[in-house]
Amino acid sequence: MSPAEYDFLRQFLKARSGLVLSNEKQYLIESRLLPVARKAGLASIAALVSKLRDPREAQLADAVVEAMTTNESFFFRDKVPFDHFTQLMLPQLLERRAAKRHLRIWCAAASTGQEPYSLAMCLKEMGPRLAGWRVEILGTDISNEVLDRARAGVYTQFEVQRGLPIQNLLKYFTQSGDQWTISAELRSMVQWRKFNLLESFAGLGQFDIVFCRNVLIYFDQPTKADIINRIGKLLAPDGYMVLGAAETVVGLSEAFKPVPDRRGLYAPNLVAAGGAAPIAGVRVAGLGGF
Amino acid sequence: MKHCLVVDDSSVIRKVARRILEDLSFAISEAEDGQQALESCRQQMPDAILLDWNMPVMDGLEFLAQLRKLDGGEAPKVVFCTTENDVGHIAKAIRAGANEYIMKPFDREIVEAKFQEVGLI
Ligand SMILES: C[S@@+](CC[C@H](N)C(=O)[O-])C[C@H]1O[C@@H](n2cnc3c(N)ncnc32)[C@H](O)[C@@H]1O
Repeated sequence: MSPAEYDFLRQFLKARSGLVLSNEKQYLIESRLLPVARKAGLASIAALVSKLRDPREAQLADAVVEAMTTNESFFFRDKVPFDHFTQLMLPQLLERRAAKRHLRIWCAAASTGQEPYSLAMCLKEMGPRLAGWRVEILGTDISNEVLDRARAGVYTQFEVQRGLPIQNLLKYFTQSGDQWTISAELRSMVQWRKFNLLESFAGLGQFDIVFCRNVLIYFDQPTKADIINRIGKLLAPDGYMVLGAAETVVGLSEAFKPVPDRRGLYAPNLVAAGGAAPIAGVRVAGLGGF
Repeated sequence: MKHCLVVDDSSVIRKVARRILEDLSFAISEAEDGQQALESCRQQMPDAILLDWNMPVMDGLEFLAQLRKLDGGEAPKVVFCTTENDVGHIAKAIRAGANEYIMKPFDREIVEAKFQEVGLI
């Protein structure tokens, strides 16, 4: 791959998905994109690049973006965020939304679905406390391929053994050979949609909780800051955002502040956002727990 | 240092499991069947037991039933690790008092995840 081709692909990926590649990632590009090129009947990366320069090649462009994503995920990844969810976020929001009985949760980089389904399992475990409530979970990702897998809800024996308690496997999955399919009930709790985090969030509506985990790590600082700030705008003032273990708002955005003693959990920083004093007052009163 | 008893009639599996668990800072002892494992538990109750199902002399399920009757036998976290990969076997093991269940083939990540799950790490 010539330096010019490499530069083109770097810029292309940065513009399309936010992905930032450092200087020596030629091998990565080649191993991921040669199969895409071959599938499109192209003999080399050079041929692929010249096709990509044609703006009409939208399908090929999508395939290239998808092939460069890292989709690793597992059930109850890092565990702690799901403890925050059941121990802090849900009890608080169930109280605060008692009149509306409606919650909206967004998994902003849902990959193959383990994260939204883990949340769905947490909800099921709440049992009768959620009777009469409408809880929406929206799972989005830039890659259609992972969304198809998420929708199907079929996992390998390896995938169901990483983070999923055995009781949950028995309770929520059915087995066919070494494949495990998540129950229709849990599948019906999640909506899936292709969505690129670089695009406008208008039209998504307001959310009470946003999980945006292990995706910002692939972006540069301005992109991270921009996405965090825009999440701040679509989050309810008393809502929560959850980032991945290697991600933070610190040094990037004033829109959120870390929730003390709750690793990875962030609350809107209403003062910095210019939130009106009375709202901030209500919020502080509501925070009683900490 | 926590102590894990690895029970499997295959010396290869025992070796692989030992390597993984030692990296996770467990002290390891081994047994080749349920009977040996029971004797080992009578002498010194481990914190964790990684347990195969099909073994000569005494199988894993029988061992588990005996273990839970022993003085202090409620304490060890028992993680099955077996090629018996169907729902029926899994449910049976959990009813008999197993804490977790690994379906073979397994790797380092699965062992780590399962041991985390039951609070051993
Ligand atoms: C490592 S996975 C994280 C999955 C899950 N959130 C977790 O923590 O286990 C990252 C996901 O982000 C998606 N992704 C990458 N860039 C994206 C973008 N610009 N918009 C939306 N999703 C993106 C990838 O397709 C991939 O599925």
